[in-house]
Amino acid sequence: MAVEIERRPLIVERTEVHRYPASARVNHWITAFSFILLTLSGLALFHPSLFFLTDLFGGGANTRAFHPWIGVVLALSFSVLFVRFWKHNLWNRDDTQWTKQIGDVVAGHEEKLPELGKYNAGQKMVFWGTALLIVVLFASGLVIWDEYFHGLVSIGTNRLAALVHSLAAIAAILLIIVHIYAGIWVKGSVRGMTQGNVTGGWAWRHHRKWLRSEVKGDGDGH
Amino acid sequence: MASYQSLDIKRRSASTSTPPVVRSTALEVAKLIDVSKCIGCKACQAACLEWNNLKEEIGVNTGVYDNPHDLTPNSWTLMRFTEWDNPDTGDFEWLIRKDGCMHCADPGCLKACPAPGAIVQYTNGIVDFVSENCIGCAYCVKGCPFNIPRISQVDRKAYKCTLCSDRVAVGQGPACAKACPTAAIMFGTKDDMKEQADRRITDLKSRGFSNAGLYDPQGVGGTHVMYVLHHLDKPEIYAGLPKDPQISPLVSAWKGGAKLFALGAIAFAAVGAFFHHTIVGPNKVSETDEENAADLAEEGAQAAPTPETRAL
Repeated sequence: MAVEIERRPLIVERTEVHRYPASARVNHWITAFSFILLTLSGLALFHPSLFFLTDLFGGGANTRAFHPWIGVVLALSFSVLFVRFWKHNLWNRDDTQWTKQIGDVVAGHEEKLPELGKYNAGQKMVFWGTALLIVVLFASGLVIWDEYFHGLVSIGTNRLAALVHSLAAIAAILLIIVHIYAGIWVKGSVRGMTQGNVTGGWAWRHHRKWLRSEVKGDGDGH
Repeated sequence: MASYQSLDIKRRSASTSTPPVVRSTALEVAKLIDVSKCIGCKACQAACLEWNNLKEEIGVNTGVYDNPHDLTPNSWTLMRFTEWDNPDTGDFEWLIRKDGCMHCADPGCLKACPAPGAIVQYTNGIVDFVSENCIGCAYCVKGCPFNIPRISQVDRKAYKCTLCSDRVAVGQGPACAKACPTAAIMFGTKDDMKEQADRRITDLKSRGFSNAGLYDPQGVGGTHVMYVLHHLDKPEIYAGLPKDPQISPLVSAWKGGAKLFALGAIAFAAVGAFFHHTIVGPNKVSETDEENAADLAEEGAQAAPTPETRAL
């Protein structure tokens, strides 16, 4: 049928579930803005056709000078985020099942998936992938931070670090694209990180196990 | 600023546009350093400092003749002294190599540089750093197979031998060549310098240096600073002159394949996400989801569900 009819009841119950406290939100957005600035300044120095992005930072030399410091901010901020979230991102049997049914996930058939806790397997993969890549990016970044770490290692190691840094950055950017798109696609997610709460319906649909534990009152709130 | 016109630029760092070609027929120049004629007087170092108006800090003596101990942002050329016992003849040989930029035909520094126009190669083969475009990232240091560029800790600019591009532009030879008292440093067209080298090599061979030859490494496409070596078979004995220098494969991967791969992958992900949304549509929470959640919450609060809102 080409025309779908949707009848809306006059009164609909609304529930809200607290998902992120203000500290977690601030922590997340410091990390996020650092990541965006790092992506812009890093890509500017990575490909000549993107060098114009250095204008956003006041020229090439400033971009070169700022980029590593933004990296330090991100590393510190993400470290806090990591301590905050790692326990919720431990892998379990539901995640294995979710991964097997990735076709249903992508098609949006969530009713076929197992009930999930606070995070699904995709979110967990983004979490651990980002954590690993940030460690690699930070270590390789220190090596090529010539202003302060010149001569720390041989030129050969420097070359390797530059290559590893760019490959890890590409991987991290790809992960973040997945992360951002998931936020755009799954309606009602972004308010969790901007306002701190989601609707009960969102939690029911995407993270029912988590909702059940919140209702029982044994969730820890963040 | 560089000493040539933009017309003379053959290659420009981090630039994809085609360089001007009207002057591409310019003669290639070269500096020929005849190590066998060098007496280690360092007149070339002094001339380099003087012409380029550079000042090196007064250093300390660590028991070797090298002064300063390494190339610096101020010392663009350096005599490197090596004492070598020739195992074939039993002779003691003093190998003195004037180190500095080799002006590669395929410059690793230029390939690695992310700043448009910070490194240029002129049609005559000289590789020059254009300081006003330099951003101080030290990628050129990673790109160089000879470990030549040095970054100033004062102004964060990269420095190296310019082959006196300013002098060459007005028909003069480099300051070091002008100052050399034994004519161990010569300057001219690359072809002339090769011919000159041939004569010197013939002479050296007649004196028993059977492995004498010209160092013009093809791994970097040849260089515009060449050495006549008495022992071309062992360039490493000349203070670590690389035997087969080439741009590191790591740098080639970083500056070659990685770029295309990265932009391709990022574009694919972004476009893929867009079309996923176009095809599948948004993943929306339904009213039933909200009601189920409310029921669950009410159960949790030990209250009865309110059926009136379920009457659809």
